[in-house]
Amino acid sequence: MALHSAIKGKLLSVIGDEDTCVGFLLGGVGEINKNRHPNFMVVDKNTAVSEIEDCFKRFVKRDDIDIILINQNCAELIRHVIDAHTSPVPAILEIPSKDHPYDPTKDSILRRAKGMFSAEDLK
Amino acid sequence: MSGKDRIPIFPSRGAQTMMKARLAGAHKGHGLLKKKADALQMRFRLILAKIIETKQLMGDVMKEAAFSLAEAKFATGDFNQVVLQNVTKAQIKIRTKKDNVAGVQLPIFESYQDGSDTYELAGLARGGQQLQKLKKNYQAAVKVLVELASLQTSFVTLDEVIKITNRRVNAIEHVIIPRIDRTLSYIISELDEYEREEFYRLKKIQDKKRIARKKVEAAKAELLAQGVDTRAVNNMLDEGDDDILF
Repeated sequence: MALHSAIKGKLLSVIGDEDTCVGFLLGGVGEINKNRHPNFMVVDKNTAVSEIEDCFKRFVKRDDIDIILINQNCAELIRHVIDAHTSPVPAILEIPSKDHPYDPTKDSILRRAKGMFSAEDLK
Repeated sequence: MSGKDRIPIFPSRGAQTMMKARLAGAHKGHGLLKKKADALQMRFRLILAKIIETKQLMGDVMKEAAFSLAEAKFATGDFNQVVLQNVTKAQIKIRTKKDNVAGVQLPIFESYQDGSDTYELAGLARGGQQLQKLKKNYQAAVKVLVELASLQTSFVTLDEVIKITNRRVNAIEHVIIPRIDRTLSYIISELDEYEREEFYRLKKIQDKKRIARKKVEAAKAELLAQGVDTRAVNNMLDEGDDDILF
């Protein structure tokens, strides 16, 4: 355990619309590293899908990120990349955004869990 | 998968004992793996229930957080750009611990506060209270999300391990044990066959000996009928003298 605590804390990263990012940054998850790379990405309606994809891949590759939070509507855009990511770390978490209600049936993880629980559990 | 699929081995008593030991080992391993799979499955169900629960909680917390963001915006005016530009160091960080379930390492994430608040002065002019509330709400959201992330990671890891374990259990049950069984029955049948062969050979030799003896007797009888008595003839090797003991 002593070894583990010696490793410095890992980061959360956020991919999402402006309000989600601002909220989490105020919560204190934001960090800009030495190379001026932020650990968050603001997606607006002008952001290309390939940009989100590249950013997501970059976050996955970075070893100081343990959890990636992504708005579900963004996750929908790069679903194939998220589905291809199978290793446990970094963990990818789909979160509801302000203007899109959360739909459990679209979640990559819950889709894998489908059939193991009944539909009424989700309500 | 025919009856011919078996371990290539020479059918002997030694091989049979070895196979029996292997069969016992396979049964033991099967039982142990089954137990492991059951333990993992139990944990898996537990985590699944927790995930669903936490997902609902997350929905509520996120709703509240988004609402307080709107509140803060109303009170303070638009501060999005200020916040986005003033990022320096993360205040909330993640620690990873390991949990052990039936020999499977599950990562457990844990968030902790590190360093000071970067946005201490945000909202100094107006809307400070709303901003404080907003920060608190989002910190709570992060906590829930971190918990959810560790559950989800455990879920993925367990899912993988359960699949592997079940595959092994099935392989032992449906491939390895039947193959050993077939090998054993093959060895037994071969050994039986050897035994029968041996028995037959024994009988055959006895038979042959009997025929030979009969022939000799018949020849002797014929000689006797011709007037040559062979019965009293001594063996030329047997000289009839006593053994001399020095």
